[in-house]
Amino acid sequence: MAEEANNCSNHLQDLPKVLVLGPPLSFQFLQPLYSHKFNFLKPHLSDFSLQHFINHHHPPSILAILCGTKFSVTADVLRLLPSLRLVLTASAGTDHIDLSDCRRCGIQVTGVGALFSEDVADMAVALLVDGMRKISEADRWLRKNNRDNTPWDLFPLGSKLSGKRVGIVGLGSIGMEVVKRLESFGCIISYNSKHKKATVSYPFYDSVVELATNCDVLVLCCALNEQTKHIINREVILALGKGGFIVNVGRGGLIDETELVKCLMEGEIGGAGFDVFENEPHVPKELFKMDNVVLSPHSAAITVESFMDVCELIGGNLEAFFSNKPLLTSVMLPK
Amino acid sequence: MGSIGVLLVTPVLPYLEQELDKRYKLFRAWDYPETAQLLAQHATSIQAVVGNSGAGADAEMIEALPKLEIVSCFSVGVDKVDLEKCREKGIRVTNTPHVLTDDVADLAIGLMLTLLRRICECDRFVRSGKWKHGDYKLTTKFSGKTVGILGLGRIGQAIAKRAEGFNCSICYYSRTEKRNSKYKYYPSVVELASNCDVLVVACPLTEETHHIINREVINALGPKGFLINIGRGKHVDEPELVSALVEGRLAGAGLDVFENEPVVPEELFGLENVVIVPHIGSGTLETRTAMADLVLGNLEAHFLGKPLLTPLF
Repeated sequence: MAEEANNCSNHLQDLPKVLVLGPPLSFQFLQPLYSHKFNFLKPHLSDFSLQHFINHHHPPSILAILCGTKFSVTADVLRLLPSLRLVLTASAGTDHIDLSDCRRCGIQVTGVGALFSEDVADMAVALLVDGMRKISEADRWLRKNNRDNTPWDLFPLGSKLSGKRVGIVGLGSIGMEVVKRLESFGCIISYNSKHKKATVSYPFYDSVVELATNCDVLVLCCALNEQTKHIINREVILALGKGGFIVNVGRGGLIDETELVKCLMEGEIGGAGFDVFENEPHVPKELFKMDNVVLSPHSAAITVESFMDVCELIGGNLEAFFSNKPLLTSVMLPK
Repeated sequence: MGSIGVLLVTPVLPYLEQELDKRYKLFRAWDYPETAQLLAQHATSIQAVVGNSGAGADAEMIEALPKLEIVSCFSVGVDKVDLEKCREKGIRVTNTPHVLTDDVADLAIGLMLTLLRRICECDRFVRSGKWKHGDYKLTTKFSGKTVGILGLGRIGQAIAKRAEGFNCSICYYSRTEKRNSKYKYYPSVVELASNCDVLVVACPLTEETHHIINREVINALGPKGFLINIGRGKHVDEPELVSALVEGRLAGAGLDVFENEPVVPEELFGLENVVIVPHIGSGTLETRTAMADLVLGNLEAHFLGKPLLTPLF
């Protein structure tokens, strides 16, 4: 028995180590599939500080980190791992990773690439249709009022989505999937992005204010960085106007949340759909009383299908990394 | 025209009611505690009836209105009008096609997304503060699923077009196969249900399509299948649907219509795998106004002896 246990632990010692930070939600599905190939180190199950935990596991042997969006991989964290060569995040976003420091240290960073784009685009459209046609509001209303036999013609009318002018902020993989879906609703597409895209013919607007002035709806699909922080501010919200609708499936920090809540309360904007917030899981409580908002707990990519796909991708990337093969997805590090 | 009597059988968009009142002598059915009383007093003055998806003109009413010339429906569905009786008596019938196609198709896709991605439940989850204690569970991806459409008319085709934007495969059942259609045809509803992930009802309600979604179809759709109804409540055997949902024999349902509106089966309120809304298919100001203009336009054309805008006959 002891010999068996010894053999097991010896075997574990031989496996390449992966330090799991967070952990990402997908880890619970990933672990059983790959624990025979990788030694997953789990500081979240330990009472020790991260530094103490890492020191206990022989830092020079730790070459890879697996993380999710809830753990900030800062320069301080990277400093604890002098041999680190790879940061793998189980997300599309990378704003929780110090990318400059990774470049400086020669550390590769990979995300999920375009794996989540369909699900996230679906969520964007779901929040938009729900918000404009009042689906969640109607479901809530019916469950609350039906026993009183409240006449159904008292339920307020919604807003038509088909044919509306939709402005996409960020025309990357997710933005393009959103465009494809909303075009099939007959929506008129225009966009703002870091650069004009030569491959598409939709009208490009240099500034988000200009985009908002010429649209009925804004869908935020861009990454969060220094340039895009609070890109949706009061000026943009007012430019969108009283009937306008904003959907955010990017990052909470893209919107000046305090300002948007204020504008919603003042009726300066028609409504909003949020999958992300500035300070998750904290949500401004003023939103809870509003009927013209749809609230989702950062679950745009949390489907059975995406999780199965991401486990396969992460496993594939780890296998490639530890056999010195090219990674399946990689992230551009800033210069 | 102010002397032409028009009977409005049920409350509608205020704009429509106001315009009818301006142009005609308007009788509102709900002003009278008994229809019999209304008929006794005004039957011979009424030349037109305006109804909607909830109430129209049945044989009894038609017989009781000797001067009735036209029934103008504030809806595209005309299942609440006795069409045979109207034909028999030479009464014109109009409805509101085209103008609501987009809204109804938008809602159908909206119900699919809200249902599979559990948007209502997620919204409740956030509002209740539960997110602070953990994430919401995994939901089902919508993109790429196979959507089965029951009835490939204007609304069915509009739904298909939108679903294609999500990389969905489309299949359908119709009374007759549409020869120019690129979508896969199944000759029976059971076969359609067996071969799709999401089944949407988009056909008119007639004697043939009454309870077209029955136990056999629901079982064929199966425990991983979803039903969306934006047609009429009576398309579905409602008690069968409810028991399938409660017993887990169907993954979920998105319902805009019910057999006996405004009654909703009590059991549905306790389920998190249903999305229920109070018949809002055409419920936007833009569309209801366009529908109202069609009703008014049809009535005006009729009483001026001009061709009707959107007659059934």
